[in-house]
Amino acid sequence: MRAPGATGNDAGTLPAAGVCAGTVDRRHFLKAAGMLTLAVCLGSAGRPAAAAADSTAPDVGPVVFAPNAFVRIGTDSSVTVIADHLETGQGVFTGLATLLAEELDADWNDVHVEGAPADVARYADPATGIQGTVGGTSMASAYLPMRVAGATARALLVAAAAQQWQVPPESITVMNGLVSHPPSGRRTRFGALTAMAARLAPPAKVALKDPAQFRLIGNPWLRRKDSHAKTNGSALFTQDLKLPGMLVALAAHPPRFGGTVKHVDAAAARAVDGVVDVVQFAGGPHHSGGVAVLARNTWVAQRGRDALVIEWDESQAARPDSTQILAHYRILAQSPGVLARSIGDVSAVPIDETTLLESQFEVPYLAHAAMEPMNCLVQLTDSGVSIWNGEQLQTPDQAAVAALIGIKPEQVQITQLYAGGSFGRRANPHSDYLLEAVSIARAAAAQGQRVPIKLVWTRADDMRGGYYRPAFVHRIRALLAPDGTLAAWQQRIVGQSVMTGSPLQASRVSDGIDHSSIEGAAEPYEIPNLRIELTTAKDVAVPVQWWRSGGHSHTAFATECMLDELAAAAGADPYAFRRVLLGRHPRQLAVLDLVAARAGWSTPLAPGPNGERRGRGLALHESFGTCVAQVAEISIAAGGKLQVERVVCAVDCGIAINPNVVTAQMQGGIGYGLDAALYGAITITDGVVDQSDFDHYPPLRIHQMPSVEVHIVPSREPPTGVGESGTPPIAPALTNAIYNATGQRIRRLPIADQLAAYPAKA
Amino acid sequence: MRTFTVNGHPVSVDVPDEMPLLWVLRDELGLTGTKYGCGESVCGICTVQLDGRPALACATAVAAADGKNVTTIEGIATDPNGDPVPAARAVQDAWRRLDVVQCGYCQSGQIVAAVSLLQTNPRPSDADIDAAMSGTICRCATFVRIRAAIHEAAKVLAA
Repeated sequence: MRAPGATGNDAGTLPAAGVCAGTVDRRHFLKAAGMLTLAVCLGSAGRPAAAAADSTAPDVGPVVFAPNAFVRIGTDSSVTVIADHLETGQGVFTGLATLLAEELDADWNDVHVEGAPADVARYADPATGIQGTVGGTSMASAYLPMRVAGATARALLVAAAAQQWQVPPESITVMNGLVSHPPSGRRTRFGALTAMAARLAPPAKVALKDPAQFRLIGNPWLRRKDSHAKTNGSALFTQDLKLPGMLVALAAHPPRFGGTVKHVDAAAARAVDGVVDVVQFAGGPHHSGGVAVLARNTWVAQRGRDALVIEWDESQAARPDSTQILAHYRILAQSPGVLARSIGDVSAVPIDETTLLESQFEVPYLAHAAMEPMNCLVQLTDSGVSIWNGEQLQTPDQAAVAALIGIKPEQVQITQLYAGGSFGRRANPHSDYLLEAVSIARAAAAQGQRVPIKLVWTRADDMRGGYYRPAFVHRIRALLAPDGTLAAWQQRIVGQSVMTGSPLQASRVSDGIDHSSIEGAAEPYEIPNLRIELTTAKDVAVPVQWWRSGGHSHTAFATECMLDELAAAAGADPYAFRRVLLGRHPRQLAVLDLVAARAGWSTPLAPGPNGERRGRGLALHESFGTCVAQVAEISIAAGGKLQVERVVCAVDCGIAINPNVVTAQMQGGIGYGLDAALYGAITITDGVVDQSDFDHYPPLRIHQMPSVEVHIVPSREPPTGVGESGTPPIAPALTNAIYNATGQRIRRLPIADQLAAYPAKA
Repeated sequence: MRTFTVNGHPVSVDVPDEMPLLWVLRDELGLTGTKYGCGESVCGICTVQLDGRPALACATAVAAADGKNVTTIEGIATDPNGDPVPAARAVQDAWRRLDVVQCGYCQSGQIVAAVSLLQTNPRPSDADIDAAMSGTICRCATFVRIRAAIHEAAKVLAA
């Protein structure tokens, strides 16, 4: 139908269902710009699909009632919730909509969600002061503001009805999107009231419901708002977006971090049929420069890129080596670090060699490996730059892009799209892939290609592109008291700082301590004498950033493995040993008790068939205010084949806004952590990342996924996040289960091939 | 020039024979429901149906689709006559009832693979599901619900 070099297809060129999903019609695009939404194309139903909005979004209809930054109500009674956080699978669109719709007393079926534009004045997260989606803060931060936004809209609708019907507002009720005046039997839906409501001044104060009155919050039957679009192919990700005249850019990056282009021969690349242009673009301290091939078809661009002949200047390139880095960390762990946290006096506890335990735990670099490799669509405009992205860190990204091209942050417009996973990666502390996309767009414009540019990373680009969860070494010395209780705990933590130089540095780094490096260490337990030391490894030239659950991803492993070792040394049951340490922490204790009860901890595990070894392991960890405990049940066949059979999970996240989403996040968090525990490792040899694909960075597959049972602790406490907290406990629960089955301690992740071949159990 | 049908509609494309079907669908025909995850036949999320059988669009050269019928997520629920495809409707309904999706990026491939399984094996066991679905990864690890939704769809189809 079209040659690869032909112009982008128009909506309706192909009479297939949903054929234009990725194409923007300019007329709609321009019209949309003023509406803070993006009409992408006319789908098969003749309905415009908004960016990062569910496909059941209402037909246009004039918007007359927008009482605040978070909600619009149409004359058709549709309720559009504006979500200021990125939907990357964690269910935040649904959660935000639930909060607002609860207080609005909306009909859930009328509620639609749309991603908010970048606008820090309206959408800063109170927890961080910036607009972004990090650290599990979304629901905790939104719990009151979104409800107030809904309640305010409701009050205005009620006031409008009262005026229209000439009745006292107190006599009006609202239920399921229906505004009623029971004495007179009058009733109407929101739409008929929007015109009048829009003219009224919002009340200074609104009353919020008592949790006992909630009908949507806590309702396990509510379903996700993005489910429909994500099951029929219509959900739009950055990868899918196509603007008029847009070119796809595939970039050749230097093989080592810090390398630059010395010479490029692009003749062969330009000769590839369909290649439009080849541009060299500059890098920066935190993002790579290189050479980009531009084409209208991604495959053509990749062929062009593969045909580039580039001589790299590696004189300034770094040559880190992960094996050497870890060896160095082991040495650093022998010496005291900076004191980060102290309780009592560990040195005052008499050392008895029989009750002293010392163990070292190691975790590797990890890639996020989101399903959608990094990408970003950029258009240079007369007034600045427009970006379309699964955008996770709006305010710092606006600042970084603005600084790169010498404009103001507010001249950087960002349209929110769905993200095909992130696990932290799309919130890069240095805006790496956005800056790369902008750099390419500028280089292209300088060569006459002033068109929208979509940077697309391949899987290998994504895996080798840096910004990994840093490797860490933990060295823990602990002493048991004569009665078998835990008397002292000294933990030395060695690794790179994620927060230093990041937009969160001010709040997360103080007195040389990156608190994200130690968060969760030895917590939430009560230990009478405690000393946490941190040695921040400097001059390690591996780009690092947060990974799902941040520092908890390694502190939970070290802490929970060590507790298991101490329990064994004390001759105590691991559950009973932890109970003692949580004596004064009733919430955490309740989570522990719940998981033990549901897992049947007191009942011995049934023996496996055919001499197969079976084991059960426990771990508990609190992160971002959410406490999660997990019991993993595993089997190890003769020969060492490990299968995680079942995971029982208890979670206390305060009020569970969407129990169904909470359960999903525990299931997913367990799967994500399991995959890392089993195989996940980025290794670097002489500056080159060894892994470039899923063959060498194996993802979890369905046959490896255990059954997961999630139990939510009923709570009336304010909600906390659930996207991160399911991940930390699973690695130690798993390795503790391996010990239970075999007596072998796994102190280094990933487990990979460390399981010795076990003869069949007699 | 290669000619085949996509979701029942005849199309002709003038592209190099070796261009993967994935990029023909996405970049030439604008059907972006079929996703790019690795381009190397490892992740499975670009699964489509080729004459009714599951195939990886990234590993199918457009020449290999010549004369065949390609079905993508956009067209899987409705046959060329406009009639509903029972297995696909059952799978999509189950996916929505159980809220399988998280980020959603792999789900087109998961759904096409699940529909293909149920069309050849209406009552799959867990082992059948493992065999049919283990080629399609999900970084959000929605596997517990994928399994449950396939069983549920099978029940609905049997009723």
